[in-house]
Amino acid sequence: MKLLRLFFVIFFIIFPNQIKAEEGDLKNKITKNLRCLICQGQSVYDSDSEFANSLKIVVNKKLDEGFSEKEIYKYFEDKYGEWILYDPLFNKNTYFLWLLPLLIFLIGGAIIFKKFIKKHQ
Amino acid sequence: MIYSIIGYYSLISGLCLGLILIYFSVKNFKNSKLLDSKILSFTFLQFFFVVISFLCLILSFVLSDFSNETVFNNSHTTKPLFYKIAGTWGNHEGSLLLWLFVLTLFILIFLVRSKNQPIKYKILTLVFQQIIIIGFFAFIILTSNPFNYIYPTPIEGLGLNPILQDPALVIHPPILYLGYVGSSIIFSSALAATTLKMINKSWAAHIKKWVLISWVFLTIGILLGSIWAYYELGWGGFWFWDPVENVSLMPWLALTTLLHCILVLEKRLILTSWVIILSITTFTLSMCGTFLVRSGILNSVHTFANDPERGLFILVFLFSLIFLSLIIFFFFHKTNKNNSESLFWLSKETSIIINNWFMMYFLSVVLIGTVYPIFLDVISSQKISVGPPFYHKLIIPFLIPFLLMMAIGPSLKWIKSNLENKVYLFSLLIISILLSFLIVENFDKNILINTILISSALYLFFITLRDFFIKKNKNISQNIAHFGFSLLILSILFNNLFSTEIITNLKVGETFVSNDTKIVFENINQKQEKNYKAILGNFSVENPDGTTDKMLPELRIYNQPNIVTSEADIKTTLLSDKFIVINLVQNQEYFNVRYQVKPFMLWIWLSVLLVSFGGLVSFFKRNKHEK
Amino acid sequence: MKNKFNLFLIIVIFIFIFVIFYKSLQDTNIYTPSVKINNEIPSFSAKLLYSDETVNSQEIFESNKYYLLNIWSSWCVPCREEHALLMDLTKEKNIIVFGLNYKDTKINAQEFLNELGNPYEKIMFDKDGVKSIEWGAFGVPESFLIYNNKVVEKYIGPLNKELIKKIKLLIK
Repeated sequence: MKLLRLFFVIFFIIFPNQIKAEEGDLKNKITKNLRCLICQGQSVYDSDSEFANSLKIVVNKKLDEGFSEKEIYKYFEDKYGEWILYDPLFNKNTYFLWLLPLLIFLIGGAIIFKKFIKKHQ
Repeated sequence: MIYSIIGYYSLISGLCLGLILIYFSVKNFKNSKLLDSKILSFTFLQFFFVVISFLCLILSFVLSDFSNETVFNNSHTTKPLFYKIAGTWGNHEGSLLLWLFVLTLFILIFLVRSKNQPIKYKILTLVFQQIIIIGFFAFIILTSNPFNYIYPTPIEGLGLNPILQDPALVIHPPILYLGYVGSSIIFSSALAATTLKMINKSWAAHIKKWVLISWVFLTIGILLGSIWAYYELGWGGFWFWDPVENVSLMPWLALTTLLHCILVLEKRLILTSWVIILSITTFTLSMCGTFLVRSGILNSVHTFANDPERGLFILVFLFSLIFLSLIIFFFFHKTNKNNSESLFWLSKETSIIINNWFMMYFLSVVLIGTVYPIFLDVISSQKISVGPPFYHKLIIPFLIPFLLMMAIGPSLKWIKSNLENKVYLFSLLIISILLSFLIVENFDKNILINTILISSALYLFFITLRDFFIKKNKNISQNIAHFGFSLLILSILFNNLFSTEIITNLKVGETFVSNDTKIVFENINQKQEKNYKAILGNFSVENPDGTTDKMLPELRIYNQPNIVTSEADIKTTLLSDKFIVINLVQNQEYFNVRYQVKPFMLWIWLSVLLVSFGGLVSFFKRNKHEK
Repeated sequence: MKNKFNLFLIIVIFIFIFVIFYKSLQDTNIYTPSVKINNEIPSFSAKLLYSDETVNSQEIFESNKYYLLNIWSSWCVPCREEHALLMDLTKEKNIIVFGLNYKDTKINAQEFLNELGNPYEKIMFDKDGVKSIEWGAFGVPESFLIYNNKVVEKYIGPLNKELIKKIKLLIK
């Protein structure tokens, strides 16, 4: 464990850019995940509309104020509803959304598996 | 004006011919020693009428005949000639003529090229295809007539969206349509073959050509759409998981899975149910896509006219086709339960089946992600968005076993295999893992997942590369396609990992300096073009390696309609793209400047071309065997 | 038998899907986050347009009075059309109109008001659009009807005669 910690310390000393790069990355990640509400299907990152530009400023401000990524999403969800988030939340509205594909995967697997069991009998 | 009349009556004639064809087909079916020559003639005539109709619309656009409502809505006298012609299929009504064109063309070619096939099979395929064709004729004539007359004749048209005035966007629809509308012939012939209980090895060999051609066009069509999106929309993105993009991806996934099932069916009489279901599914998804995009229920950058009445027609039509297919499948298709063709777990068929299972999963992810918001909205009036994070989370983890399977599968034998070359398979895996770790560790984002992903893709890359050089079991087309696919995944991963971006606000004359790049905003030029005014930004960008690029991003102010677009300047080299855009900032003197370095962009496009090239090689190889 | 049952099941599923799509065709409308009403007004502070005074949301909205907060810009075309209606609204005793000037310059804003009149008792200045986002707005024009420090109604897009009539009824 100590060795791992040492490794990380040395790693971050040698590559300090990574931390700064991460801030820009985080901002990009967040704006890519927010829908530009007055555009037809573009993210805030991709859009250049007035709304998107203002939103980018707000995201910057919130990051400076120390908001975490999740808190920023919650902030916008409170103001504009779930529709502004491109990453659907996992709540009672979206259980089927997230679980149905996985269910289909398992069912597919079961069908194939049964085929083998049958043949080997 | 005369062209509108000719065009309209050509459509009516085409519709009548469809009905006539069904009549003669049924008659011929009963005593079918010879294919009635009238059938072939009428099929040709129907295609001919569609061509006439299409040409009439093109002429109306070229002549700026604004008495035609479609031309009025979508054209303008100042539009360059090339885009006037392209405007024909850049709108809802015209694109439906394109649908009809491909539908009638493909059935004609099918009849001509299937001389050795059973007559009943050909007739039945024609009948099913005519059902689709007649449906589309009715759709056009009743709800989307491209030849509506308006009076008094306006002097000027409403103009096409300038974003659509782009060469890539001109050829993207025709190629795409050849792909997914072309899958109609697979649909019709699969239903015909099911009814006649003909789903077997020889049918598979016969239909494979059609699957390949449809697949190649669909792949290239999607590629063109992505390239266009890269140049025109957003900031250097090429895939947004936008509903309309998804709608073209879904038939592609189904078609790819179908292709692999056909490959298995050619060798062994298994997976017959899957072949039929996938044939139905591919075309169904194409039509479903048409429905989603044109009915106005999806919110997207690319949606066509929003008209619920048209949506209703397509919806009813689509579901009628689905019900017809379901009934045929359940009543005519009998899987031979006695047929105990065994499946050994380590064999080529199994690896194909497993990867098909994965692809069906990917298809379900895309399908559910695209339509779920609609369902939720109707059931509980809640609006949610499903965007890239959803698709990434559900697809990327599964890509890993998928890629590994793709690497190992081709080296397995049919029916039963004992894994030969275990040593080199395993050592290449180790090399891939080590190499990818070395690449990823310098970039620290998500080390684990990226390492595993890159190593799987690298593994596929090395295996397929090596397979080019070993002589035995040479299946060159498959090798090319799989190699191309590995290259695609690698390019996307590297592009994602190594792209850099600078966003800043600059006034004319200002300079931006970071620790490895210098951007100098030298000055701006203004130019007046035929239908827009251009503001060009002169930039000089100094790269980390010391070289300097002159870049000229552009802002275009159009007069008809009145919008401003931003044209990126992209410098493409084999290794990376340099991408710069400027934007006006409301009420400010400075411009917003965005500069990106995007490695391996060119390889993303080339690898998709490689994949489709593999399909093309297979297509031509087959023909040789038959002769 | 199993085959027939499967067929039946699948047909039922498809009928369900058909019904859903059919219904979705019936109401294609633009999404408005109308659920976010009867919320507390956001707490914020903003500079006024004319003076450089900074005001606080707490201070400027007194209870027991109706306020209409109108987000506007000099470069916004629909804002010009609704402006006359806003001037008309100032004649009502029960409501006070505030303005939130969105992404504008002071000069252009002033010119706009000189030309079309000033219905706003106070005008807040939102140079970068951030304050509007605090209010959950999309852009211009947009208006909020406020009472007791709560948002009673939200109007996206320009106001028209119908909406003004409804507002007048509400504030009685």
